[in-house]
Amino acid sequence: MKKYHPIIKVKDFASEQSIKLHDRTIAITHVAGNYMAEFADFILFTVSVIKETFTRKFEFKEFLHQSFQIGNKTLLLISLTGGIMGLVMTIQSRPVLVEFGALTMLPGMVAISLIREMGPVITALMCAGKIGSGMGAELGSMKVSEQIDAMEVSSTNPIRFLVAPRVLAATLMIPLLTLYADAMGLLGGWAGVNIKDDVPFILFFSQAFKAVGFIDLLPAVIKTFFFGAAIGLVGCYKGYNAGRGTESVGVAATSAVVLASLLVIIIDVIAAQITDMIS
Amino acid sequence: MNTEQTVTVKKVSSKIRTGEPIIDIINLKKSFDQDVILKDVTLKLFEGENLVVLGKSGTGKSVLIKLIVRLLNADSGTIKVFDKNVAELNRKELGELRQKIGFLFQSGALYDSMTVRQNLEFPLRRMKNSLNEKEIKEKINEVLENVGLTDTLDKMPSELSGGMRKRISLARTIVVDPQIMLYDEPTTGLDPVTSSEISSLIMDVQKKYKTSSIIITHDIECARYTANRIVMLDDGNVYKEGKLEDFENSTDPLIKSFFTKI
Repeated sequence: MKKYHPIIKVKDFASEQSIKLHDRTIAITHVAGNYMAEFADFILFTVSVIKETFTRKFEFKEFLHQSFQIGNKTLLLISLTGGIMGLVMTIQSRPVLVEFGALTMLPGMVAISLIREMGPVITALMCAGKIGSGMGAELGSMKVSEQIDAMEVSSTNPIRFLVAPRVLAATLMIPLLTLYADAMGLLGGWAGVNIKDDVPFILFFSQAFKAVGFIDLLPAVIKTFFFGAAIGLVGCYKGYNAGRGTESVGVAATSAVVLASLLVIIIDVIAAQITDMIS
Repeated sequence: MNTEQTVTVKKVSSKIRTGEPIIDIINLKKSFDQDVILKDVTLKLFEGENLVVLGKSGTGKSVLIKLIVRLLNADSGTIKVFDKNVAELNRKELGELRQKIGFLFQSGALYDSMTVRQNLEFPLRRMKNSLNEKEIKEKINEVLENVGLTDTLDKMPSELSGGMRKRISLARTIVVDPQIMLYDEPTTGLDPVTSSEISSLIMDVQKKYKTSSIIITHDIECARYTANRIVMLDDGNVYKEGKLEDFENSTDPLIKSFFTKI
């Protein structure tokens, strides 16, 4: 008859658990290592983009082309989004303000909300979807079809030709698009007020701008440059580092949107804290 | 292939250059994670010759030529091009070296957002920036004439057939007058007629532009047509090196199966 040895059993159990823990630790370390390596790679990529942006050989023609593409591609989308944003905000805020007898504050409230927060963030998120995914997919498919390699063997730095103009275009175009979205939002707000009341255009806008100060506009505009840079960098990074298969083009586009949107939110939190400290 | 062409091929095939190699690869090793692709490859390309690199898929043929232009970095070993160690070049020197090397990609790699004209202008404006507009136009017309596609100038790559795309890609490569041509499976995915046209173009390029070439292929017809010398890769090593006749008369089962398959 076999003897029962509890100590041996406990030893076996401990050893088994130790092996499992070891494997799990290695797996977690591997994943963490991969994230760290990707982060370091992204930083190096950003440094090389900055370097190629401030060079005499900067591809200015390509920058103009990309700026036009970004503006042209997103103008209708931003017009609609901005307009609807202002309209909805007005319709939803009106009953509360009527209750407190503060209806005259409606234009100012809409303007501050739009200019400080809604305009920049919604525009940046829309652009992250439209421009970020576009850059990720375009550069990803260029990578898959060896066009980036072809550029490199043609003695052309792909970062200089493809990435730097796109990132700079996104950095400069998103603030412009945000200001445009703000304007469309105010127009939408005026339309929203006029559903139930009869407020002249000039009166609405003078009330709106009376409420908005320099401290509302400046930080909001400054943060949009960072939004633009983040969208451009992430979109290009994901596309530029896409894998070799066609599937990786989709992965690059999707991950560009997700990461760019996340970065927009993070930058917004940081900007809100800084603005709060200053004001 | 007609009789006249066959005679020319045999004449070219028997002519092997010797002397200083313009590409000298010594004990090259390359792996991707755990997969060792090239174990120990040593080969030379001499001036004016067409060296065909044969081998099954996955034997590292394409990796080999990507290592030559440093699209990939070798794990160990040396690659010398025009007596310069490729691994030791800085970005500027590498750019200068790459101007002397033409690379025809397997997929053609035409820039699909640009017209044929813009595709051809792209390397020309960057590598030969001393040329004026008239010279650029003349050069583009010349290379398009050489590949027989003068009427495609304003077309987009998506409007071209596979064979036409390969030809335009070849035109883009030769437009900057390279001294070395690297062909990555130039006839893959093409019908036999177009394949032989591309093979014929490779020979024309060699004659007209006095290029030395490495042709990566598993298309035996292309190898027969273009090779001055053949190197066969297998399992990450050079399996056999010699003239076309050596391979065709070989009794080695691997080589035989390769040459009788077609």
